[in-house]
Amino acid sequence: MATLSVQIAGLTLRNPVMTASGTFGYGLEFEDFVPMSKLGGIIVKGTTLLPREGNDYPRMAETASGMLNCVGLQNKGVHYFAEHIYPQLCDMDTNVIVNVSGSSPDNYAECAAVIDTLDHIPAIELNISCPNVKDGGMAFGVSCQGAASVVRAVRRKYSKTLIVKLSPNVTDITAIARAVEDEGADAVSLINTLMGMSIDIERRCPRLSIGTGGLSGPAIKPVAVRMVHQVAHAVKIPVIGLGGIMTAADAIEFLMAGATAIQVGTANFIDPAVTGKIVDGLNQWLDNHKLADIHEIIGII
Amino acid sequence: MKYAKDFIITSNEQLDQRNVLLKMRPADGDMPTMQPGQFVQVQSPANKDTFLRLPISINNVEDGQLWLMVQMIGEGTKALGYLRRGDPLNLVLPLGNGFSVSEVKGTVLLVGGGVGIAPLLYAGRALKDNGAEPVFLLGARTANGVLERDLFEQIGRVLITTEDGSLGERGFVTQHSALQSQHFDKIMVCGPKPMMVAVARYAKQHSIDCEVSLENMMACGLGACLCCVEKTVKGNVCVCTEGPVFNINQLTWQL
Repeated sequence: MATLSVQIAGLTLRNPVMTASGTFGYGLEFEDFVPMSKLGGIIVKGTTLLPREGNDYPRMAETASGMLNCVGLQNKGVHYFAEHIYPQLCDMDTNVIVNVSGSSPDNYAECAAVIDTLDHIPAIELNISCPNVKDGGMAFGVSCQGAASVVRAVRRKYSKTLIVKLSPNVTDITAIARAVEDEGADAVSLINTLMGMSIDIERRCPRLSIGTGGLSGPAIKPVAVRMVHQVAHAVKIPVIGLGGIMTAADAIEFLMAGATAIQVGTANFIDPAVTGKIVDGLNQWLDNHKLADIHEIIGII
Repeated sequence: MKYAKDFIITSNEQLDQRNVLLKMRPADGDMPTMQPGQFVQVQSPANKDTFLRLPISINNVEDGQLWLMVQMIGEGTKALGYLRRGDPLNLVLPLGNGFSVSEVKGTVLLVGGGVGIAPLLYAGRALKDNGAEPVFLLGARTANGVLERDLFEQIGRVLITTEDGSLGERGFVTQHSALQSQHFDKIMVCGPKPMMVAVARYAKQHSIDCEVSLENMMACGLGACLCCVEKTVKGNVCVCTEGPVFNINQLTWQL
């Protein structure tokens, strides 16, 4: 058994395997399939200051080796989360991280401030990269100034580990990564979904209610690995890699590219027990290669 | 408790040009308890363009076997149609809420259109076991499209409409004469949305309690992805966890 434990700023993960926001609910939905104590951490559904109904149905279209979604941050708001959902998560034996979204730097910060008061939430992931909402979301994540403004506002109100989730829908992701690092982000996670579109040719209209959506799944993995590699060489803070990870071998690609930890997203929809299998697979691979510590492969490319 | 479980195909019966009936047993011999109206998420053997699992309603559970009716319309469902005895199949199950079969007494009309009749067999059996009287109203384009007719007839009275008049009364299910001449205490519906809306409208006009089974496109089936939402009086809710069966008074359909 190799040592799998990794460190994301002040946060210790028992292994590098986490779940991506919006693909694992609040963890509760998956307890029949994988023990939370087996995971490095879970990142729960995107949360905003005020409740959001999300976009109209249809919100999903299947594509070659992937899927498009335009859920649009449906959630009941941070106060509902703190009052009704958080108490159910306090006993979970893993790092529970909340993904925070907003429509202005101030309301990102206000939402983060509420989470800051919750003892059992050691970190937040700031979502400046959601492609499916008109107000905010990706609008902040596609410019250095926009990204910096949100991180600056949140950093003032949030004292614990601050992870910023980056959008791949940009010309140079390393510039955005450096901008958020300069404002005090403790880590970056990437990539969020790639903006895409699918058309029903018989009905002559887009398959998704708002026309476009975010592409996830194995289809985006090579793009994600490339961006993780670029960003890992551009910043000093830890990088969390995600995008199309289905197996332990996929996870190892991201680790070698420079990710200190990884997130599993769309794969949870196909096999709800996949995260546990990826942890086992990492262990097995390290044993097979006679490696004692996961750090022996992190960032070797 | 939900499971991700391997099953072994025990038979594959062609019902008509487009539909097959797959019977399967759990590889470990341990069949989970399932409610009529619940569904399973099937991992199709064709795993390239068909990336996600396929949600399929439970047709029947009998003699240690699970029955799934599959309409072969895309790559994923066609691959299921080619499965043979002995082939493995992975399912996530049981999912969703199911019809309220244990709470109903009296005469229950179960209305199905096309492959939408699938969950009504299991629901009808449960209703009969609980002392209610199931009456089936099955609609199809032609006589060939009326699937599992003999099995429905073993459970209760079967009314049929076909669009071409080749079996039963000619027309749509809502045009069947029994709807005007008889009283029903409850209606349960599964089929194409226009058909369900028409039946729901009939139920509302006659003040009959009515449940419909929706088939919104979904990814996870577990309430995590929030893709399969339906607008309800409580806002957008997941069909996979709050449904697939909804009482029509929970929906925002224009009836």
